[in-house]
Amino acid sequence: MNVAVRNTAPPIDTAALKLQAALLRGKVIEMSHAAQAAHLASSLSCADIVTAAYWHVLNIDPARAKDPMRDRFILSKGHAAAALYATLAMKGYFPIEELDTYCQDGGRLAEHPPANLLPGVEAATGSLGHGLPLGCGMALSGRIKGERFRIFALLSDGENNEGSVWEAAMFAAAQKLENVCVIVDYNKWQATGRSNETLMLAPLREKWAAFGWDAHEIDGHDVAALAATMQRIPNGSGKPVALIAHTVKGKGVSFMEDDNNWHYRAPTADEVVKAKKELGLT
Amino acid sequence: MRNAFADELTRLGNEDARVVMLSGDIGNRLFDKFKDKHPDRFFNCGVAEANMMGVAAGMAMNGLRPVAYTITPFVTTRCLEQIRTDVCYHEAPVTIVSVGGGLAYSGLGPTHHACEDISFLRALPNMVVICPGDAHEVRAALRASMQQDRPVYIRMGKKGEPVVHKGPLADFAIGKAITIQDGTDVCLLSTGNMLPEAVEAGHKLKERGISAEVVSFHTVKPLDEDCLRHAFAKFRLVATLEEHSLIGGFGAAVSEWLADTETRASKFLRFGTPDAFFKKSGEQEYAREALGLTGHQIAEKILHTLS
Repeated sequence: MNVAVRNTAPPIDTAALKLQAALLRGKVIEMSHAAQAAHLASSLSCADIVTAAYWHVLNIDPARAKDPMRDRFILSKGHAAAALYATLAMKGYFPIEELDTYCQDGGRLAEHPPANLLPGVEAATGSLGHGLPLGCGMALSGRIKGERFRIFALLSDGENNEGSVWEAAMFAAAQKLENVCVIVDYNKWQATGRSNETLMLAPLREKWAAFGWDAHEIDGHDVAALAATMQRIPNGSGKPVALIAHTVKGKGVSFMEDDNNWHYRAPTADEVVKAKKELGLT
Repeated sequence: MRNAFADELTRLGNEDARVVMLSGDIGNRLFDKFKDKHPDRFFNCGVAEANMMGVAAGMAMNGLRPVAYTITPFVTTRCLEQIRTDVCYHEAPVTIVSVGGGLAYSGLGPTHHACEDISFLRALPNMVVICPGDAHEVRAALRASMQQDRPVYIRMGKKGEPVVHKGPLADFAIGKAITIQDGTDVCLLSTGNMLPEAVEAGHKLKERGISAEVVSFHTVKPLDEDCLRHAFAKFRLVATLEEHSLIGGFGAAVSEWLADTETRASKFLRFGTPDAFFKKSGEQEYAREALGLTGHQIAEKILHTLS
């Protein structure tokens, strides 16, 4: 894609996006098994959001990973790094074979995205509550330099516990950062418990709206709806946009869905086979 | 120092379109000139320092040179993780400027004291730590920070401190200490707003027949190792002066350097604040006197150590 096509709303190929999301899920399941790495369910939860962003919405070119005019996607929930790595590899930012080095000694693919090391990674995340402030700074730099690009920050619902998220929310609203879009992967679980039983997020859309955002609820597994909504950023509201994306943790694999043990568990070889079969990837 | 900072910032803003000012809701009217000339590059980020530091990092990662400014504890300790992760880990060229280093805001109480910030910030990879000794050093340090491709922390005192240098410092270099006064017996290495006390201690020592070299050791990280080698080879006694805890500050940095260095000839004294909050009310002069950090007290202790 190039700058010229950004806002011309290319047609959404729903079937292709769904296939891409399934491929992504299959890949992160394989990676989690190979590395025996945690946070698989977190990657599955946001797979459709990441897919919609990278395969339809973002104005990016892997050959020009540092293009000042590129859209920025910040995986603020850095623990879903596997989903980002697999997507970046499939987009061509680095060889797909490098995914085999995920979490391996000496590699570039650590459990959380690194700084200034891997093409396509916009920010080192993993400590929650950092992606949105960084994104606001990037948005203002674009405003100051006259570069029109968009910033998408993917937050976990547990990440909404962090005060810095709300500091940034108020700041973005005050600065009218209409080219900033937050997507909250609202799967109702955080690391060790139900999100709303840990810190009360509900009513989450209303909270973001009360903080001055154009806030909407959306089905976080409807790739077509996600693609269409994100593509419309900036949407004319004059406000930053928050998409409260209702998701299922572990989405796509029946025996992982809404089972928070998969926040930390890695699948066995048998489970990988079963999971890929469910995803239609055998 | 504060007014020199605002003035120099305006000049830099005029010269360099990358310079952006972020304030944590302080400096009422201080930045009026900058705001007048560059309204699109001034942001009052409110009382939300964690976000301010993240915003600064995001700007720096996209080619700007943001300056993030508020009172010392709030622009350092309050948002330390953002400094570490957003700024230092990304090697983002953010210049963090603090006002009220050490006990400059003594009267405001320990919430506003800052006797730990050097310790925290110098531990962070990629970070440069500068404690200017007077208004000229503030200007020079700020200017030099804009030429760095990495994070810089500039720790100021407040406003109205004595100006020690005679004029602008054309030769200022980060990591290069400045000799204020030559001497032969003892060497006073001062960092930050203790510089006038170091000069005063030098005078007091001279009255007692001791020749003191006075050095403004403005950069705590990276250390000027040439200066340290010279000092510990030449003088009977070397002293570090700082308005900061003896734990982890400038004196501690020199101690670490000494531990990794061959045997020294000089005696070594560290002047700084103790491992305690200073809870009594009172202005900076009172606090310094209470903690033994005035020029005459420093001179007395040195004389006692030499005798």
